[in-house]
Order: sequence, then C-alpha cells, then structure tokens
Amino acid sequence: MSTRTPETVTEHTFYLNLGPQHPSTHGVLRLFVKLDGEYVMEVDPIIGYGHRGHEKMAESHFYEQFLPNTPRMDYLSGMLFNHAYVAAVEKMTGIKPPPRAEYIRVVCAELNRVASHLMWLGAYLMDLGGVTPFFYAFDDRENILDILDRVSGSRLTYNYCRFGGVARDVDDTFIGATRDFIKRLRGRWKDYNNLVTKNVIFIHRTRDVGVIDKDIALRFGCTGPVLRAAGVPYDVRRVEPYSVYSELDFEIPTGVNGDALDRYMIRLREMEQSLRIIEQALDRLPGGPIRTPTPNKVRPPKGDYYFAAESARGALGYYIVSDGSEYPYRLKVRVPSYGNLQTLTEVLPGTLVADTICILGSIDIVVPEIDR
Amino acid sequence: MNAAWHYLVGTLGPDLARIILGLVGILVLVQLNAVFLVWLERKVAGHIQARLGPMEVGPHGILQTIVDGIKLVSKELITPRHVDRKLFVLAPIVVFLPAMVGLVVIPFSRHLQVRDLNVGLLLIFAFSSFNVLAILMGGWAANNKYSLMGAIRSVAQNVAYEIPLLLTVVSVLLWSDSLRMSSIVNSQAQVWNVVWMPVAALIFMICATAETNRAPFDIPEAESELVGGFHTEYSGMRFALFFLAEYSNIFIEAAVATTLFFGGWRGPLLPGVVWFFLKTYALIFVVMWVRWTFPRLRFDQLMNFCWKILIPAALIHLVVYAGILELVK
Repeated sequence: MSTRTPETVTEHTFYLNLGPQHPSTHGVLRLFVKLDGEYVMEVDPIIGYGHRGHEKMAESHFYEQFLPNTPRMDYLSGMLFNHAYVAAVEKMTGIKPPPRAEYIRVVCAELNRVASHLMWLGAYLMDLGGVTPFFYAFDDRENILDILDRVSGSRLTYNYCRFGGVARDVDDTFIGATRDFIKRLRGRWKDYNNLVTKNVIFIHRTRDVGVIDKDIALRFGCTGPVLRAAGVPYDVRRVEPYSVYSELDFEIPTGVNGDALDRYMIRLREMEQSLRIIEQALDRLPGGPIRTPTPNKVRPPKGDYYFAAESARGALGYYIVSDGSEYPYRLKVRVPSYGNLQTLTEVLPGTLVADTICILGSIDIVVPEIDR
Repeated sequence: MNAAWHYLVGTLGPDLARIILGLVGILVLVQLNAVFLVWLERKVAGHIQARLGPMEVGPHGILQTIVDGIKLVSKELITPRHVDRKLFVLAPIVVFLPAMVGLVVIPFSRHLQVRDLNVGLLLIFAFSSFNVLAILMGGWAANNKYSLMGAIRSVAQNVAYEIPLLLTVVSVLLWSDSLRMSSIVNSQAQVWNVVWMPVAALIFMICATAETNRAPFDIPEAESELVGGFHTEYSGMRFALFFLAEYSNIFIEAAVATTLFFGGWRGPLLPGVVWFFLKTYALIFVVMWVRWTFPRLRFDQLMNFCWKILIPAALIHLVVYAGILELVK
C-alpha cells in the first residue's frame, strides 16, 4: 500500500464519481473520489439515492401493516429484518410466541443469513474479477430460496413472521430439503476453498488490504463481520440473546488483522456456524401450535422500546416510540451497513482504485438498507 | 478450384492473384475465427460455471454469435457529443490492423502461407503494437475518465509485457537462426522448442495473455472497476470491432506460440493445416480456462510481476540457453 496522504489539489488531481451507476457499488451508492493518478486521496460516500421513507411510512400504518416493509429495507436478509421487527413488537406488547414458532424463525433466519453470505461471496469475487465463483454461490443460494419460498411464498422479500408466531407451519419436505441443503453446502466448502481461499491471486488481492482495526471499527460503530474480523467477538445473538439463541450452541468466529481476507474468512466460518444452528434447531423442533392468538390490532403500551438483533451485516436495531395507539409514534431502524460504510473515509485514502472496489465489496453493504 | 486459380493467375499474374486470394482468405479467417471463438468462449465459460452456455440458436447455440453480430450491425452507431470524433471513429479500425497483417506471415501448413517474409516474426510483433495504439486512441478520444484510465493502464501494461515476450522470442531465434516463419517451423523438425525451453514457452504464454488484455490481466477493461475500460463509450458495431479484434489477437498470439514452440504445422498422420489449428485452439482453450478460473490482479501487482519476476526470468533463461547452445554447437 502506498503512503500517500491527502494533500492539496495539484495538476495531477483527478475527481471521479464511482456511481451511482457503476457495476461495483452494489446498488445506488455514489463514491466521490479524489484521485492522484490511480491513488485515492479522499473519498466521500454519498448516500440517499434509494430513500423510500420506510420509517415515515411506519407512522401512518398499523404495526401489522408495517410488516411487509421490513424485508424491503435489506433485501438480502429480509427474514432477519422481518424477525427482528416482530420480536421488537412482541417485546413491547408482551406477546409470547409458542416455542415451535421460535425455532422455525431461527431456522429461517439462519438460512437467510447463509443465503446473504453466499450472495456476498459471489458478488465479492466478481468485484475482484473472478466470475466463476459467482455462479457456484448462486447455485447454492438458489436452494435456500426454494426452501424459503416453500414456507413464506416469496424468494427475496420474506414476510413470514407474524406477531405471536409465523404465517405457515413447516412440513417434512421443508425439513428434509433443509437437511439436504446442509449436507450439500458442507460438501461445497472444498470447492470454495480450492477455487477461492487457496487462490494465490485472491490472497494477494485481499491480504493487508483495507485494514479496519479495532480502533476504527469501534469509533465508527461497526458491527457484524467487519467488527469481528478486527478481533472483537461481538454478536448480538450471544451478547443480548433473543429468541432461542441462548439454548443453541454456536461459536463467534473472530479475525486478527481486520483486513479483507479476514472478513472473507469470517463470513465463510459464520456460514458453517449458521448450518450448526439450523441443525440443532431442526433436531429440537418442538410440536404444538405455531401462533398464539393476538388481537387484530396490537396497541403496545406507551413508552420507548429498543430491540437489537444480528442481521447478516451486523447489529440491527428497531427503536420504536409508542403513544399507546395502534400506530407507532416514531420508528427508527439502526442498520449495520451505515456505520460499516463510513469507515471508507478512513480506510480508503492511500489505496488504489482497484483496492477501493475490493474494500467496498469486503464490507458488504446493502445500500437500500442505509437509505431506507 | 484449380481452374479458377489458373484463370486468376492468367489474368492477374501470380503476385497479384496471391495478394487478392490472401486478402480474401485472411478476411474470411478473421471473421470465422472470431465467430467461432466467441461461441467457444461462451461454451467454455458456461461449462466451467456449471451451466450450458448458449443452446437456443442452432445446434448447441453455434449460430448465436452470428445472430448477435446481426443485432450489433443493425444498432445505431452512437457518437457521444464530447468525443474527439476523428480518433473515436478511427480507433476501432486501427485495432483490426495487427490482426490482419499478422496473419500474412503465419504458416498454416507447408505451403499455405500468404507471404514467407524473411522478417516475418518481426512484422508480427511490430504490428501487434498497433493494438496498444488503438486502445490509447479509443480511450483518449472517448473523453471519459474511465476510458482514459483504462487506456493508461493498457499502455503501461503492454509496454512492460513486451520486454519479456521478446526476450523469450530471442531464445527461439538463437536456435532457428532466422526470423523467417517457415525456417522457425523447420528448425523444430526433430523436437519441438517447448521441450528445450518450457520456461520460455510459459513466459511467452503469460505475456501473450497480458498483451491481449485477457483475464487475469484484463486490467484495462476491468469491468468491476472501470465499467468498460477503454471501450466504455463505444456501442454497436464499433464495440463489436474491439471485441472481434480481441479474439483475432488471441488467435494470432496462439498461432505465433504454436509456430515458435509447438512445431507449427508439423505433426504425424494428419495434414499440416489440421495440426496447426488443433494446436492453436488447444492453446486458446488454455487461455480461456485461465480466464474463467482466476480473479484479476491489481495494477501494481501486475507491474511488479512483470518487472521483478518475468523480465529477470526471461533474461536468465536467455543467457543460460545461449550458453548451452554454444556448448552443444
């Protein structure tokens, strides 16, 4: 990496807009980059192109009516956003879902996390110029989409959870397909390792590139794999357990350097841990109802509530202010990508344009989640 | 066929007839080869990526490229307002020059060669540099930041990789004593050069891949970084010309590699021309295989690889090989 630092504008200074239409900005993100030759001197991430006013929309909808909005914020981990919102409202109202519903939610949420990481894996390698892993990852991801499609009726924006349970029960076909998928994906690790992890060009491109150390990560409020790659074992599922995560056995993988290679390894290991969680949840899946009866309109008692969950990208929080009516007075979503993205301003200066794409990809942002 | 040939020679004289036939033959070969290679690349990529590739148009999609070509030809030629018009229009034409000239001296079989110049190899490498010129012209004229960066990268990369490329070629020349393509093939009558100098063959193939801007060295058109690289602003048939030229250049590089290291058209049983195309397409397949397996190098890594590894390796190889040759002779 170069040691060049932001200086004054010279005749070599070059301004480049990476985005909002660019193959590697993963949505409509715009990076305003100040370049000296191919070296980045300054970067300014400009967000807001995908703003749809989800939070404002919540204020004029019943609590139930906001459900379909949640998976549309982060379209790659919709089930996790959906689950977190439902759990948040359940915390406010004191509704207790039956244990079967909790386990089904965890299975679906973890499946979604694996799908999100697989999607990231393919897209990241595509950013680095390797097209082939993309198809392998999508091939695997397709299985998850089919499985989740079976229970939720959608392939991407799952609106599956309900206050006090889930919309539909799972059947033996679902469980069988999930177990088959776990076996299949475990068999694929060898392919991924041979094709990507051991690839000398891949290692050269990612090792010591985009180092987000503990200090930067904590200052910018990073969470998820970005923080864990820096060596901080922070995972909401473990730190503030929700749902039935406290009953399940899984590890929190952490990295050492916080470079792009670490973030890649963390996500691979997280997928394996997710598979473990799914296996345990399926083994323990209790019988019984999938939904506790709830009133048609929930009216949480007056007050401020915050509920955190772990999305595929980090800590996801719903902050809801209730005035006792059937509408939320204010709903704020704390998304992980926002903090993670801001580290670019600190990490990018001094790197090359090619590294910019590599680092941006390794952080794994979903722009509509930031813009909401 | 024979009657037509005699008629042509009779009316035009042997030299003019040869020129016209050669020109027509080269044009046909360039087009057919590009059509075939585009199809082959999509099939190879498809099967490597656990899918089938084109299947709809013709058996196994063999006609897909032709249909795509018709679509590209029928598209409007868009010239953005802010471009340097002359250079912008000229660049896709210039890019075809090395492909056309290079084929003149390549011996497809013992007799099938348009002109057996005594500086054949020099001609190919002299004209292959036009490729860089065209990319620079296109990138500069497009007046687009991504295009410019792609063009700058391309020039730096091509200039650097030409050095080890030519150093390995010198090793071959020490053995053949001639720049004449047919002499180079004849010098391998007993043993192919690749047996004596596998390192040179490897370095040559790496550099040739870099020269043709193929992955993992496709930095000038790195899609995920520079959108389309130097051809960002090109569309329609002008884009297609860049595209076709890329495949023609791959063919030339593979054909030169076949001639230099793999005995050219020499081989048992089958006619020479069959052997020549077999070897050439086998090499092209390897290049495609590499492209769909590896991610892209970073620009500084690419340059370091050339200056710190390939050039010293090629130099040492040249010296050692020359020494051995001196002892043997």
